[in-house]
Amino acid sequence: MKLLTHNLLSSHVRGVGPRGFPLRLQATEVRINPVEFNPEFVARMIPKVEWAALLEAADTVRTLPHARARPEWGGGRGRSHRRPGSLARVGMPRGDLGLCPQLHLVEVPKEPIEGYEHDEKFLRKMHHVLLEVDVLEGTLQCPESGRLFPISRGIPNMLLSDEETET
Amino acid sequence: MFGLNDLRSRMIDVQTQMTGRALELLCLPEGQPCYLLDIGCGSGLSGDYLSDEGHYWVGIDISPAMLDAALDRDTEGDLLLGDMGQGIPFKPGTFDGCISISAVQWLCNANKKSDIPAKRLYCFFSSLYSVLVRGARAVLQLYPENSEQLELITIQATKAGFTGGVVVDFPNSAKAKKFYLCLFSGPSTFLPKALTETTDEEEATESAFTSERIQRRMARRGVVRKSREWVLEKKERRRRQGKEVRPDTQYTGRKRKPRF
Repeated sequence: MKLLTHNLLSSHVRGVGPRGFPLRLQATEVRINPVEFNPEFVARMIPKVEWAALLEAADTVRTLPHARARPEWGGGRGRSHRRPGSLARVGMPRGDLGLCPQLHLVEVPKEPIEGYEHDEKFLRKMHHVLLEVDVLEGTLQCPESGRLFPISRGIPNMLLSDEETET
Repeated sequence: MFGLNDLRSRMIDVQTQMTGRALELLCLPEGQPCYLLDIGCGSGLSGDYLSDEGHYWVGIDISPAMLDAALDRDTEGDLLLGDMGQGIPFKPGTFDGCISISAVQWLCNANKKSDIPAKRLYCFFSSLYSVLVRGARAVLQLYPENSEQLELITIQATKAGFTGGVVVDFPNSAKAKKFYLCLFSGPSTFLPKALTETTDEEEATESAFTSERIQRRMARRGVVRKSREWVLEKKERRRRQGKEVRPDTQYTGRKRKPRF
């Protein structure tokens, strides 16, 4: 789950309404994915970002003791968003990475700066934080009801029970 | 003789074709990367198409097995395990558009005794309306079992505030016929033209619905309840809603004997 997605998610537990975001993020495993930089997309998403929630999420992720970085794939499908990998790590088991023990998470700017649409440096930082940080394991907590949504293999489980569903 | 692989690859082709058509009907601004929602994303076939077009997307599916397959296929969009009938768990105005391939008709099935399809449909459509940017569209390809099911779906979409209609491609071909529910969350615009076999087919294959409320309420105020006039007006109203109504005869709204 990218931090952009986390920033836009909202709890839909019955009765919570507009107090359902931001979901509080707890992460136990995170991965950095290289994603092709698209300044236009990043600039268009900036106005939608809940800045305080993003800063909090970035802090949570940054202090992770066992964060791992994903090896760059040499082979693979060469999809448009991925940068071509320089190392051929095909066949390497996921668990054993032997790479950097901490996240290279850039500083998140305190707020959007004036004229951000044309500031490439700023946009690149935001691109990295929003699109290249992938939370693999953790939880999301509804701020109003306290309900926890688990994240497993990068996929948040948002299934509600019957009692929790809006009538 | 065809093998399972041939069938599988044909199914994949059809899914891909339908995604392309849905994207076309979505009428996104040229050359702009958008943030899209994929309802019932399954193993990410449709999502891959969106990525190839330069868009970013979030997919929701209720099947952990399908999402596992999507993980194996290394899709680029984010995946959520969720039930669309419980609502779309995002902030208002999040998505520039929404597509769905072969999923929405499942809301008409009551999986549990407590499920009421109309409620789940309304919950889905009202939350979808909210999470779309004002003026954004949703294009939902679906397989309605019959016209009643399609009507149930479109009524709930209208209640949720959407305008739009159903585009039926290749209406005369049993094999190629496809339904696309095109929903607009802003002011009414033109419904896209359906695809047909021959170019000189004049038959209209699109049906539009709006949330325009015609001024009939005022006319009803003067009518006495349970009078013949009231009964006739009520029957007419039900006909406008597309419901089955007995034809009006000389006996319609006639005074009955006291035992009634």
